Amino acid sequence: MFTEFFYTLRHHRVPVTTTEWLTLLEAMQQGFAGSSLVGFYHLGRSLLVKSESYYDQYDIAFRDYFTGLEVPEKVFDELLRWLSEETLKLDPQGVNLESLPRYDWETIRRMFEERLKEQTERHNGGSRWIGTGGTSPFGHSGVHPGGIRVGGEGHNQSAVKIAAERQFRNYRKDLTLDTRQIKVALKKLRHLRRTGTRLELDIEESIDKTCRNAGEIELVFHPERKNDVKLLLLMDAGGSMLPYARLVNRLFSAADSLNHFRDFKHFYFHNCIYDYLRTSMVGGERMATAHILDTFDSSYKVIVVGDAHMAPFELFMEHGIIDYYDSNDTAGIVWLQRLEQHFRNIVWLNPMPPRAWRHPTISAVGQVFPMYHLSLAGIEEAVAELTRLTH
Amino acid sequence: MNRFSRYGGTKSYIASKALQNDVNVAIALGRPLLIKGEPGTGKTLLAASVAEALETELLTWTIKSSTKAQDGLYVYDTVQRLNDARFGDNDISDIKQYIKLGKLGQSFNTDRQVVLLIDEIDKADIEFPNDLLTELDQMQFYIPETGETVAARRRPVVIITSNSEKELPDAFLRRCVFHYIAFPEPAFMEDIVRVHFPDLETQLLQEGIKAFYRLREIDELRKKPSTSELIDWLRALVASSTKTKELAQDLPFLGALLKNEQDYHRVAGPPAAGGNAGGGRRSFAAFR
Repeated sequence: MFTEFFYTLRHHRVPVTTTEWLTLLEAMQQGFAGSSLVGFYHLGRSLLVKSESYYDQYDIAFRDYFTGLEVPEKVFDELLRWLSEETLKLDPQGVNLESLPRYDWETIRRMFEERLKEQTERHNGGSRWIGTGGTSPFGHSGVHPGGIRVGGEGHNQSAVKIAAERQFRNYRKDLTLDTRQIKVALKKLRHLRRTGTRLELDIEESIDKTCRNAGEIELVFHPERKNDVKLLLLMDAGGSMLPYARLVNRLFSAADSLNHFRDFKHFYFHNCIYDYLRTSMVGGERMATAHILDTFDSSYKVIVVGDAHMAPFELFMEHGIIDYYDSNDTAGIVWLQRLEQHFRNIVWLNPMPPRAWRHPTISAVGQVFPMYHLSLAGIEEAVAELTRLTH
Repeated sequence: MNRFSRYGGTKSYIASKALQNDVNVAIALGRPLLIKGEPGTGKTLLAASVAEALETELLTWTIKSSTKAQDGLYVYDTVQRLNDARFGDNDISDIKQYIKLGKLGQSFNTDRQVVLLIDEIDKADIEFPNDLLTELDQMQFYIPETGETVAARRRPVVIITSNSEKELPDAFLRRCVFHYIAFPEPAFMEDIVRVHFPDLETQLLQEGIKAFYRLREIDELRKKPSTSELIDWLRALVASSTKTKELAQDLPFLGALLKNEQDYHRVAGPPAAGGNAGGGRRSFAAFR
């Protein structure tokens, strides 16, 4: 029943699993949908969606699925009521999830269809809600309410309305980004290792061992556990990045304040990386890119942030740099390739929306580095890429 | 609605209809209820309210960064046993007396259905929730030292709060009923505040709430004031018998609402301005 809704949710990338779907059926069986679509909306959300960042997708899926249906309120509520009253003859304990999957979908479907048939009979005899083909049980066999496409408003509308309001759109992962969220995402960049020879005494463990030995003292040592990740952040401070300055700043302050990495260094560049990088956004010292490649070994994880949006000559030509006082003997794209070859894990975060990435220089840069959108979802993907073992 | 509707909020805690329903669903299905929401929206208080409504005991297990799953089950106090072996006169062969049940263990080992609050689960290590999967599913665990199994006689109502400091593992999430406490709408906020200040003058209350939501609309704030801060602030207004009129011009006791220094100066004016109230008035007016 409503199985299509399950797939609509998945289509909208809400990570719903079968287990959760079955839990929902179980809860409906116990009457928790409150015999209304509004109740179903809330119940479904609390059992199928486990993060507020997917609420918006849930709303969209719900709206899409239920708007088209226009299930008459009474029919829908009636169905829900039956669900709650006449159980589907599942294990009366019901609560035990393990017992549920034994009922395959076909069985449940058939049982439900029988209910539905009963429903048409009850409402038959000129009920204007049910279509003309109402005599055949399978005329309405659409266990998915899709089968009962008849006009109607009421409860149904209001739940769809709630969904259509999309009040959680600001919680979406692909849109919002505050410093704290970025921190949570960056925290996944960790590689805890017990390294080095510096041993620390594990007092808890020592006491425990000693006591279990009936007082015979046993000291437990182990090397310190440290996050081994070193992070290098290269940021575009060029003019076209101005609209994204706040966003980039948030990323920087998240990484900087995290105190989570073994080493964290950052540099700036204008439009593209050439012979020199800068240590601060405006002015700052110049630092030869070649020197950086020498100083930072290949185990550094590198995040480059920039729109990669420039005139083709800036990227592909020698002396393509547009800064008047600078010049470059090596084309930008070559420097980018050198970076890519040097570092084992390097990604590019682009604040421009992915639909704009067909621009020639953006796609060229995108061929050098794995490119992700500068959004929470994008950062999460980038972090996953950075933690992947390569070469 | 039916026999399962047991929780409907309490006198001191107003819960939305959806939240009430989710609590009841969690109780009926025997699943943990995971609560998220902005800080200060009453996540932790919910558990107390549920315990009060069910007229039962509340056990609180506050999670810290060093908390391990084992701590919630039981601790074998080997130190005490060693001490007793040397200096005490207890029968140390009875290991049972050295097994101390943790909060989760206690919530199993009782005849009545209690409410267990696992507060701020995201504080612990990323793996922590996974370590509790079996115990929360089956509501039982085994103590190898004594060969005993502690099994819940009545499934406790488990309420878990998270501030999203860390992501929770999928396997854990699948088993939970999830509720996100959305920030209350002004009208609902009025009801909430009423619970705390039954005698507050309506006009002052409404103006206070208005000013509060205006403040929340400032996007640049690092930490937006929440319900608990609003209540503190109103308490200060009442104590100082501030008049409604004054509220329209200036926000007194701004420190009760904004706890971040930068936020405070953003609204109240920079500290270099001599900290005079006039600066605050101007810049707050500019944000309207």
